[in-house]
Amino acid sequence: MGGVQGWGPVEIEADELVFHSDWERRAFRVTIGAMAAGHLSGRFRHAIERMDPAWYLTSSYYEHWLVAAATGLVEGGLISQAELDERLGEPFAVARPVRAPRLAEPGPSVDQHRYGVGDAVRVREWHPLGHTRAPRYIQGKPGIVVRLDGVFSLPDVEYHCDGTRREPTYCVRFEALDLWGEAGDPVHVDLWDSYLE
Amino acid sequence: MSEDHHHAVPTTPVEDRVAAIESLLVDKGILDTAMVDAIVEHYEHEVGPMNGAKVVARAWSDDDYRARLVADGTAAIAELGFGGPEGEHMVIVENTPEVHNAVVCTLCSCYPWPVLGLPPTWYKSAPYRSRMVREPRVLLAEMGCEVPEDREIRVWDSSAEVRYLVLPMRPGGTDSLSEDELAALVTRDGMIGVAPL
Repeated sequence: MGGVQGWGPVEIEADELVFHSDWERRAFRVTIGAMAAGHLSGRFRHAIERMDPAWYLTSSYYEHWLVAAATGLVEGGLISQAELDERLGEPFAVARPVRAPRLAEPGPSVDQHRYGVGDAVRVREWHPLGHTRAPRYIQGKPGIVVRLDGVFSLPDVEYHCDGTRREPTYCVRFEALDLWGEAGDPVHVDLWDSYLE
Repeated sequence: MSEDHHHAVPTTPVEDRVAAIESLLVDKGILDTAMVDAIVEHYEHEVGPMNGAKVVARAWSDDDYRARLVADGTAAIAELGFGGPEGEHMVIVENTPEVHNAVVCTLCSCYPWPVLGLPPTWYKSAPYRSRMVREPRVLLAEMGCEVPEDREIRVWDSSAEVRYLVLPMRPGGTDSLSEDELAALVTRDGMIGVAPL
């Protein structure tokens, strides 16, 4: 959502409860239960991204979780769409199918950072069909490495492959002028090695 | 696209969909209800900004702890007994007279659960996620957090595995306060960076 225009004020609810209603608590339970049992690994976030945009933007946070849990459990083969439909008594809406091709091989893991703190980097232009953690608003933009972080599984591979590829991560500072074409305050984004040129 | 039986926005109430999948998962033995009830209890009653407030108050009271916290947030937070999911890789960003820090997750909702609990609705909202990187100074002012013109705002978009906690500046006139009294001054929004304290 970074940089998308047209949104109004941020509305803060005073003394907000952890869950607004019982269904939110139950959606949390279902999702956490499926996650804790390992049934949603490599599927959860991408399922939310595959919700119809009109649905995504007009539904609340825990509905996103519910949809991602249902979608992930169906795609993982633990439950079927027919079972969900039968239980609900009508079609149970899930996210759209995965479009990215399944990867046969995860590719080689890397354990050393290519760049050091203070190095100038540029984010690769990269708009995959599948899951990525490279936000759109920094694609192709120059930045400076400000911190070296750990070596972690690359979600772009993990979500679309049976294997995993581990890569170093970086925190990169981007100047407002480079991001938005006008002076302003800097933004820092945490990025996997593959996201950098 | 014959598999894509998708309705843009489902009309069945979300409560009904939650109930349907929950009962299906219980019947199939996929949902361990005792385990998820314990997790819900934990996040609803035992974890929240009071944990982060203890971390901040300790840092304000003990310079050695503050140095450890800034050097290795995860380890220093664990000294106070806090840790777990969404808090495995903590980075503390320290406010100073020159720098104000603020945290966002433009991709979804990444948030440091062990020290702040589950995120409030506004943190997960489209206006916050889109505008915090594009116009942080304007948005913070709208949210009641006026940052002096000569103070840089550093926005941290938690897009990978690191989770951020803002260490606010200790307010003046608090020299005589105990650590518990200091903790009572610290707010959730201050530790996200959308309030001065």
